[in-house]
Amino acid sequence: MAFRDGPFQDLKLPLTLAVVAATVVAILAALVLLIADRREAVAVSGFASARNLVARGLSPAGEVLEAPVRWTGDVIDAVGGYFYAVSENHRLKARIRDLESWRDEAVALRNVNERYEALLKLKTEPPAPSVAARSVLDVRGPFGNARVLDAGAAVGVQVGDPVMSEHGVVGRIVGVVPHASRVLMLTDVESRTPVLVDRTNARAMLTGDGGPNPRLEYIRGQDPVKEGDVLLTSGDGGVFPRGLPVGVAAKDLRGAWRVRLYSDLTPIDYVRILLFQDFAATIDPAALSAPAVPPLTAAEAADRALALAKATAPPKPTPAAQTPAKPPAPTP
Amino acid sequence: MIRKRPTPVQRPGWIIWPMLASLAGTLLLMTPLRIAGLSLPEPVFPMVLAFAWAVIRPSVVGPLALLATGLLLDLLWGAPLGLWGLALLMAYGGAVVSRGLVTGRGTLMLSVWYLVLTVIAFTSAYITTMLRARVAPDLPSVLWQFLATLALFPLAQRLIAFFEDAEIRSW
Repeated sequence: MAFRDGPFQDLKLPLTLAVVAATVVAILAALVLLIADRREAVAVSGFASARNLVARGLSPAGEVLEAPVRWTGDVIDAVGGYFYAVSENHRLKARIRDLESWRDEAVALRNVNERYEALLKLKTEPPAPSVAARSVLDVRGPFGNARVLDAGAAVGVQVGDPVMSEHGVVGRIVGVVPHASRVLMLTDVESRTPVLVDRTNARAMLTGDGGPNPRLEYIRGQDPVKEGDVLLTSGDGGVFPRGLPVGVAAKDLRGAWRVRLYSDLTPIDYVRILLFQDFAATIDPAALSAPAVPPLTAAEAADRALALAKATAPPKPTPAAQTPAKPPAPTP
Repeated sequence: MIRKRPTPVQRPGWIIWPMLASLAGTLLLMTPLRIAGLSLPEPVFPMVLAFAWAVIRPSVVGPLALLATGLLLDLLWGAPLGLWGLALLMAYGGAVVSRGLVTGRGTLMLSVWYLVLTVIAFTSAYITTMLRARVAPDLPSVLWQFLATLALFPLAQRLIAFFEDAEIRSW
């Protein structure tokens, strides 16, 4: 007997209403969740815990799924390496010759730069340690771009750490569990990265929109960007260290500036997570927001100056010290 | 007394198995495989459920299961919680409302219906993302995912055909 022949076959309207009501309730529940889920509070919210829990479960599954891909890639690389060894050798030799001149220039510039830094007493960022990780799962849709990595809090990874491929910045960590972490890619719609144009030092905001080439917004200065300009992280806001390579500026069909990411040059498989401490984490917000001492009145300032003068004045010589003891008369 | 054997739609499997299969398909296509510079497509597998469940049998369990599937999809993809739940439910709601007009028609009509519902789901996701992130998602990428989701129509059709007597029900 089919279900439509049951005792409720004539009960049509209430069923319709029930289904519509259930759909409306479910839509409302989805809306409430959507409003309540603030992803900027990623490290503390209950939603973040749920996401981290899923990342914990996904990491082993991703490793299983990714293993055949990696093995296949290794086999293709091995076969390609065998057949193209000679041409690859020529190419690499030419590249080494090119890079050697760059190396000499870099050594000279580093030397000069260190002298300038020492002379100007510049406080530069210390080099950040890093850990290697493998990308095991990948979300590429227009409404979200993220990856799951197989390294987590157990090796010191924290929320906010920048992630780089061998070519450039990939994104930053937004969720961590002991043995896995989730990266928000530069291309994600919620990703905002402060960058600078290497040639002009102009600042801009790299804004992901789910496409392969994120937008360049809030560009400051007059004509600060040209086609092919190199973009680096600016370090503004302390989320990323300054100077990490991001990509190259390019105009889209509508004339808006976009960025061809360096990290998009090759598949992102192995990455480097920089254990970079966010600038905001090194300062004490309470100390910064402490109320300032009100300025002194003129009389108070005069008293204070007098007290300071007294405190810094050389001690008065004692009378004994003033009149040094006469040396005993020499006896003949 | 002879105990009646439950029809496929009377068993919980008509909800659970397709739901698990759609999540497994999603997980499978999250593999970071790139061939000749192109990544794997990333269709919204649960769109098949939003369409097929409404056609097979309007049920109170359907929207609730769809909400759960949407939330799991958000967790898998790291999207804001509720994004895909809302999009799928909008499509499901549209399917339930227009069900009487389209059930029992041919494949062409069903495919057009599926296309319209997919447009509803993607428009919902697009607007929600735009309001939340204050950025309009990249249209070519949206179109690419939309086409990949449209390509799942044969799966929806097979799911409907599997539950034989469902498409005739009109109310």
